[in-house]
Amino acid sequence: MSPVPLFGRFDPARLFSFKGGVHPETRKHLSAERAIEDMPLPALLRVPLLQHVGAEAEPLVARGDTVLKGQLIGKASGPISANVHAPTSGQVIAVGPFPAPHPSGLPVTTVTIRPDGADRWGPRLAKPHVATAAPETLAAQVAEAGIVGLGGATFPASVKLNLRARYDLDTLIINAAECEPYLTCDDRLMRERADEVADGAGIMARALGVRRVIVAIESNKPLAIEAMTRHRHVLDHVLQIKTVPSQYPMGSEKHLVKTLTGKETPARALTAEMGVVVHNAATAHAVHLALRYGEPLISRVVTVSGRGVARPANLRVPIGTPVADVLAHCGGLVATPERLLLGGPMMGQPIQNPRVPVIKGTNGILALTAGEARDQRVMPCIRCGLCVQVCPMGLTPFELKARIDAGDLDGAARVGLLDCLQCGCCSFACPSNRPLVQTIQYAKGKLAERDSAQHQREEAKRLAAARTARLAAIAEAKRAAMAQRKAEMAAKKKRAGQATTETAAKAPIPPAPSAEAPKAPPAGAQPDVQPAAPTDAPTDVQPGAQPDAQLGAQLGALANAKAGAQVEARADAKADAREAVE
Amino acid sequence: MTAPRLVSGPHTHSRFNVSRTMLAVMVCLTPATLFGLYQFGWPAVLLFGVTVAAAWAAEIACLALAGQPVARFATDGSALLTGWILALSLPPWAPWWVGVAGAGIAIVIGKHVFGGLGQNLFNPAMVARAMLLVALPVKMTAWVAPGPARAGALSFDQALGVTFGGGAPVDAVSGASVLSQIQSQLDAGLAMDQVLAGIGSFQDQFLGLVPGSLGETSALLLLLGGVALILMRVITVVIPLSVIGALYLAAAAAWALAPDRFPPPHYHLASGAVMFCAFFIATDYVTSPITGLGKMLYGVGIGLLIFVIRSWGAFPEGVAFAVLLMNACTPLIDDYVRPRIFGRTRAGKPLELGDRP
Repeated sequence: MSPVPLFGRFDPARLFSFKGGVHPETRKHLSAERAIEDMPLPALLRVPLLQHVGAEAEPLVARGDTVLKGQLIGKASGPISANVHAPTSGQVIAVGPFPAPHPSGLPVTTVTIRPDGADRWGPRLAKPHVATAAPETLAAQVAEAGIVGLGGATFPASVKLNLRARYDLDTLIINAAECEPYLTCDDRLMRERADEVADGAGIMARALGVRRVIVAIESNKPLAIEAMTRHRHVLDHVLQIKTVPSQYPMGSEKHLVKTLTGKETPARALTAEMGVVVHNAATAHAVHLALRYGEPLISRVVTVSGRGVARPANLRVPIGTPVADVLAHCGGLVATPERLLLGGPMMGQPIQNPRVPVIKGTNGILALTAGEARDQRVMPCIRCGLCVQVCPMGLTPFELKARIDAGDLDGAARVGLLDCLQCGCCSFACPSNRPLVQTIQYAKGKLAERDSAQHQREEAKRLAAARTARLAAIAEAKRAAMAQRKAEMAAKKKRAGQATTETAAKAPIPPAPSAEAPKAPPAGAQPDVQPAAPTDAPTDVQPGAQPDAQLGAQLGALANAKAGAQVEARADAKADAREAVE
Repeated sequence: MTAPRLVSGPHTHSRFNVSRTMLAVMVCLTPATLFGLYQFGWPAVLLFGVTVAAAWAAEIACLALAGQPVARFATDGSALLTGWILALSLPPWAPWWVGVAGAGIAIVIGKHVFGGLGQNLFNPAMVARAMLLVALPVKMTAWVAPGPARAGALSFDQALGVTFGGGAPVDAVSGASVLSQIQSQLDAGLAMDQVLAGIGSFQDQFLGLVPGSLGETSALLLLLGGVALILMRVITVVIPLSVIGALYLAAAAAWALAPDRFPPPHYHLASGAVMFCAFFIATDYVTSPITGLGKMLYGVGIGLLIFVIRSWGAFPEGVAFAVLLMNACTPLIDDYVRPRIFGRTRAGKPLELGDRP
């Protein structure tokens, strides 16, 4: 929808947001008035080396090592990865697998630190002069500090700061919508540290080389808006503080961009292609700490809320603090919670084990009582169309579910399965309480699994065909060599016979007709055989050297690589979705 | 502590559920229903009770047969509402077995044969109404004159006789509803102005002081109930507006072309059946399209069909057939009229950079 010229002088964000969305009860009052307090150091910190989208960081410490606060303990590996630092000083008592803060509870490599209580800082990061440093230097410093998207997406922030190289950027949007109910950590951060958040935004704007910085805050945070407006002059920028409607999923990157600029990001494209980069407000604050004080990302503000918690709070929690310790600090649980969540109630992840640690992406710890959580009883779909009305992506969730239930994954994909953001508006609104987004999630996983299996099958088939062709070529070559040798022998014999005659001048004698001769390829074909094999197979397998065993190993390796890529791709997709709804 | 349940999000809900929707519709139907019961007296009360009870009984029986959870599904209010809507569309003094047969048709054939709630292609109440209309044309068009003066004067004992005994006393049954009256008189060769003069004031029709179905006489009360439904966000304005709009425009066009053969358009709207259809029947979630544009097509289709059937059909009232015909088109409409996916064109291709959708 484009603003009519008549309305041109009005702020489009006030007139248009996006189609769909829901207005869940925010219940932010539970924790909105609790000032950020520092969580005391727990007895043990468990710092996973995979807290971000991308590759796991490589451990730089071993059991028994002493670490200082801010010391690098995990080094980013690969283009999409993030550094991990020690949140306090102490002793490393273990480096090994520990359950990840994820519903699966699967283990990731985790560095367990026993704090020594001194909280001694190691050397700080380098602090470049922000006003004069090159954009690359700023981005590199952000990478050095291990900063990732703190809205929950945990995509390495430096990668997004380096988009300047690839796209023509003009706008940085600081996503402070905080559209998830309950969460108040960004709200508090802006109310208490507006100058620092603004400074971080200014630094990021410099790193990106954009001329416009917009801070988008939902209308239900008037005090944050006021505070940010007071500190909008920063570096060489004046931040535009914009109030956006309180509507879930306003924090979705593409929907926020649509609301603020009126531009709709094409399917499968990045907002950067339209010149817009979105970063979270808490990320801006982390950038400020890294560039001004040389502090890496070793703690974050977490909202602890829900009616199952005795004392809702906003805490600055060292990364790696077990969830159980955070809950205990907040007076413990008043009742057995119906759900224990990391993140907001719309897209948060349930956890089973409260010993899992708080990580960079943890913006909330919620203990929901039965009264707050959803009813489990499912009724039939009455086609009321509410899911279609609220879907911010313009999908037909009820139809997707019907198709998925009927096993028609392709049909579901045809009507937009893969465009789903997984924001959960459909399930939230469904009067029959149907598990719509849950079914869609399942189908997406199923589809990815099927595609990967198919890819593996095709790859196996291709390799098998290549092997057959190679073996045939080898046999052919052998036959050709044999034929040639026979011909040479025959020629030699003939020559021996004709040695007495003077007509030896016509040396090359056509081979005598034999059984093999018609099948033998022209002599020139022989050298071709060798290069033919490598073009077929991705890695060269020397013919003859136990081809079966090698092929098997190759297939196995390929399958593993595929599976790995798949897992990564899925993690990416999930992070995309999460990032989308910060 | 015990491990909390592991389920994926969202972990919260809008608290809006099926029963509340059904309840809202019933509340909005109440004024028109009470008015109908008042002006048609005890026989109407008895018929209403019998029909709703029969619908519920049929629902419970079907759920039990299908092995579905009876206690949960039977209390969602959908069967009560179906019975309620059917009762309102019956002649108020029809014998009990018409109501029971109608409720049986609606619930068993109209709904559960297709698989129960949400699965039916056709509006159950309208399936029953159309079947009854075709099977029992006389019983289904035996209207009584309204008002406490005549209908309401019946004692409860007499009413029992009407509903469960030998039927309505002959003298209580007045000829026809307004539309059938217009049509038969036109057929008889009378001029339009004579016809209109003979059928009573427009005001009476709009208020509902005319013969007609149990709950369909008062266009005013149905309109008010419908507006309440829209305000409560149970339905959107699209279907009612397009049904009424299409009917009005078609009738106006016909009337402008041949004022001697077609009644003025507002006579169509003054019949409560149109208001009932536009706000309460055509808007049935299960059998209407999902998208706004789809709803509009559907509503316009119903409006036009009502006009066509009323003007040229064999039945003076075309609502049931119009709704059923458009119900049949709903899957088609839903398949072709889809919402535009964010970031894509209507055709499903990704937008070009810089495009405005």
